[in-house]
Parts: sequence; structure tokens; C-alpha cells
Amino acid sequence: MTEKADQLFVLLKDWLVSFLPGNWQGVAGVILGVIGIAAIYPTLFALAVLMERKGLGRMQNRIGPNRVGPFGVLQPIADAIKSLTKEDVVPVNADKTVHFLAPVVLVVVAFMGFAVLPAGRNMVLVDMDASLLFYFAMGASTEVSIFMAGWSSRNKYSLLGAMRAVAQMISYEVPLLLSSVVIVMMTGSLSLVKIVEVQHHYTWGFPHWYILTPWGLAAFVMYAIAATAETNRSPFDLPEGESELVAGYFTEYSGFKFALFFLGEYLGMLSISGLGTTLFLGGWSAPFSFLEWVPSWIWFFSKVMLSITVLIWVRGTLPRLRQDQLMNFAWKFVLPMTLLNLGVAALWRFMGEGWLRWIVCSAILIVVYVVAGRTEMRRKHFGPRSYRYAE
Amino acid sequence: MLGEGILKGLAETAKNFAGSFVSEDRLTTVEYPEQRIPTAEAARVFPFLVYDGTDWEKGLRCVACQICEKECPPKCIYIEKSKDKKPDYVGKMQIYPARFDIDVSVCMSCQICVEVCPFEAIKMDTEFELSTSDRFGGLLFDREQLAKSNEHYHKIHPTEASEVDARLAEEKAKVEAKAKAAAAAAAAKAAAPAASVTAPVKSESTPAAGAPKAAEAAAAKPMAQTTTAAKAADAALNAPAAPSGKPAPASTEPPKTAAPDAGSKTSGE
Repeated sequence: MTEKADQLFVLLKDWLVSFLPGNWQGVAGVILGVIGIAAIYPTLFALAVLMERKGLGRMQNRIGPNRVGPFGVLQPIADAIKSLTKEDVVPVNADKTVHFLAPVVLVVVAFMGFAVLPAGRNMVLVDMDASLLFYFAMGASTEVSIFMAGWSSRNKYSLLGAMRAVAQMISYEVPLLLSSVVIVMMTGSLSLVKIVEVQHHYTWGFPHWYILTPWGLAAFVMYAIAATAETNRSPFDLPEGESELVAGYFTEYSGFKFALFFLGEYLGMLSISGLGTTLFLGGWSAPFSFLEWVPSWIWFFSKVMLSITVLIWVRGTLPRLRQDQLMNFAWKFVLPMTLLNLGVAALWRFMGEGWLRWIVCSAILIVVYVVAGRTEMRRKHFGPRSYRYAE
Repeated sequence: MLGEGILKGLAETAKNFAGSFVSEDRLTTVEYPEQRIPTAEAARVFPFLVYDGTDWEKGLRCVACQICEKECPPKCIYIEKSKDKKPDYVGKMQIYPARFDIDVSVCMSCQICVEVCPFEAIKMDTEFELSTSDRFGGLLFDREQLAKSNEHYHKIHPTEASEVDARLAEEKAKVEAKAKAAAAAAAAKAAAPAASVTAPVKSESTPAAGAPKAAEAAAAKPMAQTTTAAKAADAALNAPAAPSGKPAPASTEPPKTAAPDAGSKTSGE
């Protein structure tokens, strides 16, 4: 019974495919998987938007949307209808083709990332050997679409927003990759399915998730910071910067294209949370061995939504960074820490079993974190301004 | 340590998140169409025309002097004078506005019309939901839409309205005293020849014998009259205490509404 619930979607797919002749079954299976992805993630997107609007409201001591449907649960549908019925304005001087392609590219690329994420046991669309590499290739392509949007709009705000976005995303791509490399070092595989399987073991009822090791925790924190920046979320939402740049790179987008940008942004959040879940939080494996009867896909999606909740929580808490703070943080703190973490992970690997490696690895990370935090990130105290020539 | 502040901030927002479900008074917002914050007494949005009594057309204080029309900075007032006259609050015959239109979309709520009006006829309302689906006719308010009772004025600006009422009552009393004095003087003038005729008779029972006394009294009266009028005005100001004391057990109305009633009675005519 639990086995059937766990494999519900796989069995459903097999059953549907079995009606077709043999040589069609492979293609039909893939198409069904694509339909599943295209159905489930936009639904989660709607849920995330609702959670964000209600949750942010509560954090700011407001009630949040509560007019459409009971407790406002139909608000995302109302938003969608509003976006779809709005006029689609294209600037006269815009590069029309690129202007149209940018949101499409963003959404397509965001969906591509889901193809390699294992959403449950045997629930992965493409199980390729280098799926992590594929995922990062797709994630990096969002920068192209953002720059397309900013460049084709012929608007200074759009262009500035796009420039900021590209600078920020390239800067944070490096720590994002390096913090994931630790996992690849430990598992010896780039396949996300394999990475989850390695974590799917239990000692005294506790899982072997990578977040439960010193280097895994450090990598997870760095990954979370870089992922927040990568998805242009607050406090790293400089590319959008409502107070400075109207809406950043999608200033000139309205109606359906704006909705696509919005969808792309949230799909990016969902997919990067999915990857974080897969790499550090054990993917679809249960948090305790006695909870293994719960279907694996429930664990995966609840972990993803939990990560989204944390992103919303952080957004409700922190103000936006300044551009120089953003860059300093990326290059002077996060990047050195991830590099150090690579060394710590190697140390962990070669120290063998035992409690000693726990103490040594934790000590190195904590000491460096405290020292680097004190020295590198200290608030600079500038003296009174001096003028050399204008006295 | 780096990140301490972030954790503190996260704890704060978590506290807000949980607290907003527990205590209602944490919520700073009001669910507007259902719940409202009472408007401040000094609030002003759009002018209205004050009328006394119950019939808005008869009681309109405006005498179509057109000062407000001329002073209005965005020129949103349009007045047409009447051909005939009607009595104003003191009973003097005055012309009245045959047409009095204010354009809501043009008015900038500056209150200059209120400040220049010598007749206390135009005041600022606190009604702010003036939107309409008819953007031409619906935004031009005519005389009837603008006319609001003195009771309404008392309800929205109680202090200011009772001050205005006291002022009007005083003015009215002054006018009445003057009229009475004039009437008395006229009576004395009329009586004087009669007295000279009746004096030799020295009859105490004739009504004419009282005339000189009356004339004497009338001469002294204007002073006394004004002081009593002032007292009456004071009574109108302090009205809530007096009338609400007695009828309170009988009437279910709150004592607040007693004030405008008393005020309007003193200046009702």
C-alpha cells in the first residue's frame, strides 16, 4: 500500500502509456512527465505567491489579501486573470523580437531545470549522469534572458537593472557552484538521483543528509545566500529595486509578458530550492527512518515549500543591500568561505571515521567564519572627509 | 559575530507573524469598507451649504453674494442670483442662489470659500467618498446636493458649529434689540403727543398714562437687552448640560445629539 502511494505517479504514467503501441511508449512517457512538471510547478508557484502575500502581510502586521475566495485563497487566480486581460504594451523603440523572446526564454529555461530534479523515488524526467552540470547550465541561461529584456527595452532603467542583474548573478554563480562542488566531491557523482540515494541512509533513525555535517552545513548556508542572490530575491533584489529602478529589467513589460517574468522568477526560486533540497536536505528521503511510509514526493515538495517559506521570511526581514556591499560580500566573504569549505570537505574525507574529524572540521569553519566576519565584513569607519584642492 | 543581526531580525518578524494572529491590536491596518476610523474633527474635504430648520430651500443661509465664487482659486463655484427675495435667519429679505454648483473634480479643498463667507453659509464637509461612475454630471454638485442641515454641521464639527451658532444668535439678538428699540422709540414718539394731551386730566386708570414710563424704560432697555441676549447665547453654548439633564431618562438618544438640537432651536428662526 505504502509502496503504491509512493509510486503513485509512476504507476499512473505506466498505466496510461500501456495503451499505446510499444515503440510509442518512450516518447509518450516523456510527454506525460513534461505535462506533470508543467502542471505541478505552476501550481506550487500560485501557492508560493499566496504564501508570500499572506505571510509578508502578517510579518508587517497587516492582514494580507482576504477578499477573493475564503481567506483570499483565490487571489493568485485573480492576479492571473488580471495579468492576462491587461494590454500588452511594447515600446516604439524596442527591439520587438528580443523583447518578445526574453520572457519566453526565461520561463523555458526555468522549466528545463526541473527536468533533472528527482521529485520522488523514480520520479525524474531525465536521469542523466551530469544532471548537476545540466542544471547549472540552465540556471546560467536565465542571465541571458534578463539581459535580453533589459537591452531590448531601450529604457535606461531596464538597462541598469539588467546590468546589475548580470553583475550580481555572475558574482554569485561562483559561490553557488563551489558550494555544490563539495557534494560532488563527497558522492563522486554529478547525477542528482545518485546524490539523493547516497543521502538516503539512516543511523539510529537519523538520516545521512549533508546538511548534518559541518562542511555540509557551511556549504548549505553559502548555497542559500548565493541562491537568494541568484533568484534576485530580497535582500539581493537590486536588479528590480522598485525604489530606484521602477522595476529593473522588466520595467517595459506589461500584461502577459510581465506575468511570464513573474512566473519565471518564482519557478527559479522553486527550482533552486529543489536543487538545495536535493543536494543538502536529502531530496525525497524522509527526515527520520520511522517516517519512511510517507510517500517520497510529499517529502520533496514539503521541503521545497519550507525553503520557499524561509526565502519569504528573509524577504520580510532584511532591507536591500547596496551595490558595493553586495559585491564585497560575494567576493570577499562568500567565495573565500566556499573555497575553504572545499579544503575542509577534503580533510573530512581523508580523516576517516571517528569523532575527531567532527571537532577539527567544525573548529576550522567556526574560527574562520568568526575571524573573517570580524575583519572582512566590519563596518568601515571613515574619518571626516578631506578635500585636497577645494579648500 | 556576523549574522547575529540577521537572526535578531528574523526573530522579530517571526514574533510579528505569530503575534498578528494572537492580538488584534497589533494589526495596524483597517479593513476599510467595513471598518472605518472616525474622521478627525478638523477634517475637511469638500464644501457644503448650511441650512437652518427642516426645509433646505427655505433655510439656506446663502445670500448669493458671490464672494466665494470670486475667491475660489480653481474657480469651481458657479452661482446664479435669484430674481425674488426670501427672508434670511434674522428675517431680513435677501436674494438667494437660484443656482449654486460646485465641481468636485476641480475643488482643491482649500477652505477659502469658508473663510471668506460673511454669512456662515458654506462649510467644509468630512464626506470623502465622492467617487461616481458618471464623470460629467455626477461630479457637478448642485444646490440640493450641497445643502446640508445645521444638525449635520453640528455632527461633523461640534465645537466650530456651536461657536457659529452663538455668533449668529448674538447677531440676531442685536438686530432684534435694535428693532425693538426702534419700535419703542417710534411708540414713544407716537405716545408723546398723546401724553401731553392726557397729562392735564391726570387720570391714573387710562392706559396712556403709562406711556412716559414705557418710553423711559425703552430708553434704558437696549443695554439690558443686549446683556440678556449675550446670556442667552452663553446658555446656547452650554446647552448640553441643561436640556440633556431632564429628558435623558426618557429619550434613548445620547447626550451628544442634544447639543445640536438646542443650538438649532436658538438660531432656528
